[in-house]
Amino acid sequence: MAALETSRGTTLRNAFGNVFSFFILILIGVLAFSIRLFSVIKYESVIHEFDPYFNYRVTQFLTKSGIYEFWNWFDDRTWYPLGRVIGGTVYPGLTLTAGTIWWLLNSLNIPLSVETVCVFTAPIFSAFASWATYLLTKEVKGTGAGLTAAALLAMVPSYISRSVAGSYDNEAVAIFALIFTFYLYIKTLNTGSLFYATLNAIAYFYMVCSWGGYTFIINLIPMHVLLCIVTGRYSSRLYVAYAPLVVLGTLLASLVPVVGFNAVMTSEHFASFLVFIIIHVVALVYYIKGVLSEKMFKVAVTLILSLGAIVCCAVIAVLIALVASSPTMGWSGRSLSLLDPTYASKYIPIIASVSEHQPPTWPSYFMDINVLAFLVPAGIIACFSPLSDASSFVVLYIVTSVYFSGVMVRLMLVLAPAACIMSGIALSEAFEVFTRSIKFQLPGSSVHSQVDVGVKSSENSLPQNDVAKTDKTEDTLKERPSRKNRKKEKEPVAVEKPSVRSKIEKKLLVLPLEASIISIFLLVLLGAFYVVHCVWAAAEAYSAPSIVLTSHSHDGLHVFDDFREAYAWLSHNTEVDDKVASWWDYGYQTTAMANRTVIVDNNTWNNTHIATVGTAMSSPEKAAWEIFNSLDVKYVLVVFGGLVGYPSDDINKFLWMVRIGGGVFPHIKEPDYLKDGQYRIDSEATPTMLNCLMYKLSYYRFVETDGKAFDRVRRTEIGKKHFKLTHFEEVFTTHHWMVRIYKLKPPKNRIRGKTKKSKSKSSGTTTKRSRSGKKNPWH
Amino acid sequence: MGMGSRLDLFLLTIAILSGTVLSDLILFKVDRRVDLTSQVVRVTSTLKVENDGTNSVSEVLLAFPDNQVKHLAYLTVTPNEGKGKSKHSANSFPVEVVHPKDMPPALTFYSVSLPKALGKGESSTFDVLAVFTHTLRPFPEKITQADIQLLVFQDSAYFLSPYAVRVQSLSVKLPDARIESYTKLENTKIHGSEIKYGPYENLPPFSYSPIVVHFESKQPFAVAQELVREIEISHWGNVQVTELYNLNHGGAEIKGEFSRLDYQARPHIRGASALRNLVARLPPRARSVYYRDEIGNISTSHLWGDSKKTELEIEPRYPMFGGWRTSFTIGYSLPLQDFLFQSEGKRFLNITFGCPINDVVIDTLIVKVVLPEGSSDISVSTPFPVKQSHETKLSHLDVAGRPVVVLEKNNVVPEHNQYFQVYYKFNSLALLREPLMLISGVFFLFVACIVYMHADLSISKSSASYLAKLQWDEVQSIINRCLAIHDKLEVSLRDLSRTGDAQSCKAARKAADASLKELTKELKPLLGFLQSSQQAAQILPKVENLVAKEKDLQDRLLAKHSTVVDCYEKKYGGKEIENRVAQHQQKINALRQEVDDLLDFIDEI
Repeated sequence: MAALETSRGTTLRNAFGNVFSFFILILIGVLAFSIRLFSVIKYESVIHEFDPYFNYRVTQFLTKSGIYEFWNWFDDRTWYPLGRVIGGTVYPGLTLTAGTIWWLLNSLNIPLSVETVCVFTAPIFSAFASWATYLLTKEVKGTGAGLTAAALLAMVPSYISRSVAGSYDNEAVAIFALIFTFYLYIKTLNTGSLFYATLNAIAYFYMVCSWGGYTFIINLIPMHVLLCIVTGRYSSRLYVAYAPLVVLGTLLASLVPVVGFNAVMTSEHFASFLVFIIIHVVALVYYIKGVLSEKMFKVAVTLILSLGAIVCCAVIAVLIALVASSPTMGWSGRSLSLLDPTYASKYIPIIASVSEHQPPTWPSYFMDINVLAFLVPAGIIACFSPLSDASSFVVLYIVTSVYFSGVMVRLMLVLAPAACIMSGIALSEAFEVFTRSIKFQLPGSSVHSQVDVGVKSSENSLPQNDVAKTDKTEDTLKERPSRKNRKKEKEPVAVEKPSVRSKIEKKLLVLPLEASIISIFLLVLLGAFYVVHCVWAAAEAYSAPSIVLTSHSHDGLHVFDDFREAYAWLSHNTEVDDKVASWWDYGYQTTAMANRTVIVDNNTWNNTHIATVGTAMSSPEKAAWEIFNSLDVKYVLVVFGGLVGYPSDDINKFLWMVRIGGGVFPHIKEPDYLKDGQYRIDSEATPTMLNCLMYKLSYYRFVETDGKAFDRVRRTEIGKKHFKLTHFEEVFTTHHWMVRIYKLKPPKNRIRGKTKKSKSKSSGTTTKRSRSGKKNPWH
Repeated sequence: MGMGSRLDLFLLTIAILSGTVLSDLILFKVDRRVDLTSQVVRVTSTLKVENDGTNSVSEVLLAFPDNQVKHLAYLTVTPNEGKGKSKHSANSFPVEVVHPKDMPPALTFYSVSLPKALGKGESSTFDVLAVFTHTLRPFPEKITQADIQLLVFQDSAYFLSPYAVRVQSLSVKLPDARIESYTKLENTKIHGSEIKYGPYENLPPFSYSPIVVHFESKQPFAVAQELVREIEISHWGNVQVTELYNLNHGGAEIKGEFSRLDYQARPHIRGASALRNLVARLPPRARSVYYRDEIGNISTSHLWGDSKKTELEIEPRYPMFGGWRTSFTIGYSLPLQDFLFQSEGKRFLNITFGCPINDVVIDTLIVKVVLPEGSSDISVSTPFPVKQSHETKLSHLDVAGRPVVVLEKNNVVPEHNQYFQVYYKFNSLALLREPLMLISGVFFLFVACIVYMHADLSISKSSASYLAKLQWDEVQSIINRCLAIHDKLEVSLRDLSRTGDAQSCKAARKAADASLKELTKELKPLLGFLQSSQQAAQILPKVENLVAKEKDLQDRLLAKHSTVVDCYEKKYGGKEIENRVAQHQQKINALRQEVDDLLDFIDEI
């Protein structure tokens, strides 16, 4: 009867604990959401950076035209004159998510603008992501670890950097989808329920919809399955967790237009199919083992092994032949640069030119995951005691993601959840050990004294059941597939069972009281440091929308709103069908904010087209005019930071234009622009450099500002100060000169010297056409 | 343009003069003042009318040529009561368009109704204010950044009237003393930036003498092609005003380069007529003011406020040169009690019609008044005629939608900035509808949750496998309880070793024995069921095994317990006890392990 009473007490405590953790989770969600609002509070509710503008524009189209129009959308505002099939080349997850939210709100008559929905999608999904982290970690190591991991993820700077309000990018929803897919996989693995396996396939589908990073899932899970099989952990649960995922997941993935047949044809997916075959073979072997007697089994094994080896060889040979037949061996450029970090810089300058594709530096680890970097090893150790299917998965996850983050800065984002889970486990285990030690040694209630005795009398295998009961009752309890059953069971089993098990599993770990108190204090300090760092990172480092810049000077805050000034000017004072040429970085923004047709944009799908623009920018004025004119360009936009010292301007990106242009058009040679291997724009610079279009458009009449033409970014006086433009005219320059827009002069100016007598316009244009046909640089 | 239109006007004059005019009235004195300092042309004429005939007359006709009428934005006639009186006094005379017979074409007549009919020989003096938009034309039409904007103004030197005029004069006020050219007639004088024509005496009806003034003006021409003002009333205490401007610079268009360098270095020479900023005079106590366009907030604005007004100075994103366009939105909240009143059981909104920015000419002004959902009996009263229509707007949690009164007017000038009223009926209780809707929504959500948590949604409860599962769960719980009792026994042994109190240990033993027996009893029928159930066939052998093992364990434990208690009673040494128990202990540990494994195993099945 006494047992019943204590069980009732524990049930109550359990219920209280559940409610408590529910509220903690809500608070974590609120934290995750609100820490990302610094950008709105400090700046404004606006879409950030480059890619988000494209996503925003797509979402606008979706909400305006509906889903079917969206799938068939051919965008003629970009990649002029080629255009781009948006519906078939975009990961639609984010757009559809925001579109659905918008549609839902509007059908409830809550008139939020599409922009508002887009701005706040990322913070909302980071709250979801931290809840998913809780679920995943709970499956691995219990509620305590789950809550800690969720709290850590809610404010990990690496994730904040991609999901502040306004950062409307694929990663915002993809990280949630990634974690949730992993959670469902682990859940299926722990329960063996087909229900969760199906959910898992759907979550995987959502991930495929939202981000190219889904290949990480479809490679990591097979790796884990393989690991389980190799280490002899094969079970029917593993089969249920994996086989439906591959079948359903692949079918669903091929429904996404951008993936399509890639889901079965590219090498990124082959690992999953291989493991799919292996798991079936293993399942068959286990089945046969159960059916046959031992002797028969041995005979069968030898038979099958010899047969199987032959078949395997044949299959592998076919596979290799298939893979080898495709030029990049079936791997996409980005995946290849992951496997071989030097690949991109060797062959695809366009991937290498993006700063987020560079390998990270050590400080960026500290900046992005902070103290988690130190906690991760402890978490890995905690995962090994004891090693379960689930904990082996997270170990595998952290190991692979550490590698990937070492290749590209951008993939730090994949590392962040793994690091949070590991650190959550480490922290919660550490807290558990310390608090248990303190509890033992504090003069406590009878419950404790009882256990106290147990400690003294025998040291080998006596239980600390009461302690285990207090906080860990629920975690060790195996989840039941049906909620109903679980509920019924909870009362008797939940109390007794862990106590039984803890007897065997747990070794008694008691540290001295003082040591544990000090350790707890230090851990709290570490946590506090982490929180302070995260808040700082969220507020200072990652909230700037990058289209608005601010600087603090002695006379207060100064706002540089030049980009929007230029885009607003373009959108209001040029013709709707005018084409604007700029380096591809500004393509998305120009189409979204100025609503003008651009030649190239951030999608970078056509290297030749980008190289054409790069060539024009690095050619002398006349040749550039011809290239631009043949592309029907009316305005050329350059970003110039020399007046105010804005470092990421076109002159600093110029070498990439030369490289990319030179990669396709060999008459552009990088050494022509370098003086003794150095990139410079002062009087030492090469004449090619000083005569190229980019230089001229950037520095046109710059000398008249201060008389010396001192460039504040390059910290030098420019080489060629006084020059005139013959084929371009300045039509707009923003307040701080950060964006300068030039118009191509009409062709009659160009032929003035030759056919001075004939003033008729028609003859001028015909001459132009025939000549530009001849001199076209890519013929 | 000069010659052609002059010729036109000349022909027009001929046409007019040939018409027959019969009237008893004469204009004794006409003083016209044309103000060209801004883009809006304001013509103020002071007329002294005298009745020369015998019949008393109460209507005075004003004539405007059609090409002016199309730009006429505002016309008001007020009695002249000396200077210093407000122009917009309520007692302005009613004016309406009339089409009198036997009048020359290409003229539009407005009839002013005097409050008191003029008898024979009586006279009356009143002011006519006519406001024209788009009558100043830039010439040349395109200038470079360095050029100065020149404007052309055309009018008649004589007051165009169906009546004879005794004495008249005209003065044209220009913004700047620099005048390119002007028509010189007799009695033309220049006073600084003012040109004076007249006085001219005894001119017949419909006298016309065209004049052209070509002058310099640095005024930017801010023209809003469309302005949509949305005034939304919330009875929670707020009037939200949102104004969407579509603005362009209607002055001389810029041609050629725009150089920021020149503009920054010499802003008043290179870019003199650029539109730099606008000042909006908002009502006092305006809150939450914002200024943005479709790509976000525009950071160049300043706000001041005192008890009489709130002033918002805004700069467009870029300085606007001639022909450039932009669009932006201004929004602000106003306290409800300043604008909403009640009379005769109806509520009415009393708010200004025009836009708060001075010096903006609005081609099309659309004012939308969004009334709260459930308003009825809506009527509008405006001081001047407007086009009216109704629509509904669905906003926050609306079901039926909010009634919207749409008022549209073309050619709006600052003179139109007058109050208008929207009357409607609204029940205050309707305010609570939306909160109640929300509350009930959340309530039903919780109810649904509760129902879901309490409903058993399993597909089959009578199937054998489900029952077998239930049975197995119970078996498991019984076994677990047995194990718990074992633990208790162990604990009692430990107590014994500490306190040496054999008695309490025995008591514990007794209790344990009893409960174990009970559990065994409970177990039996369950096992029986499991045996009979087909679904449980796979786990049955394991379960039986488990039960047997448990039984064994139980026996061992009891044996150990008895031994230990026995030893204590016989007061053996610790070593001795350990020796005796060791064998049992080993077996117990092994059995315990097996039982746990079995439990796990069956669980997984």
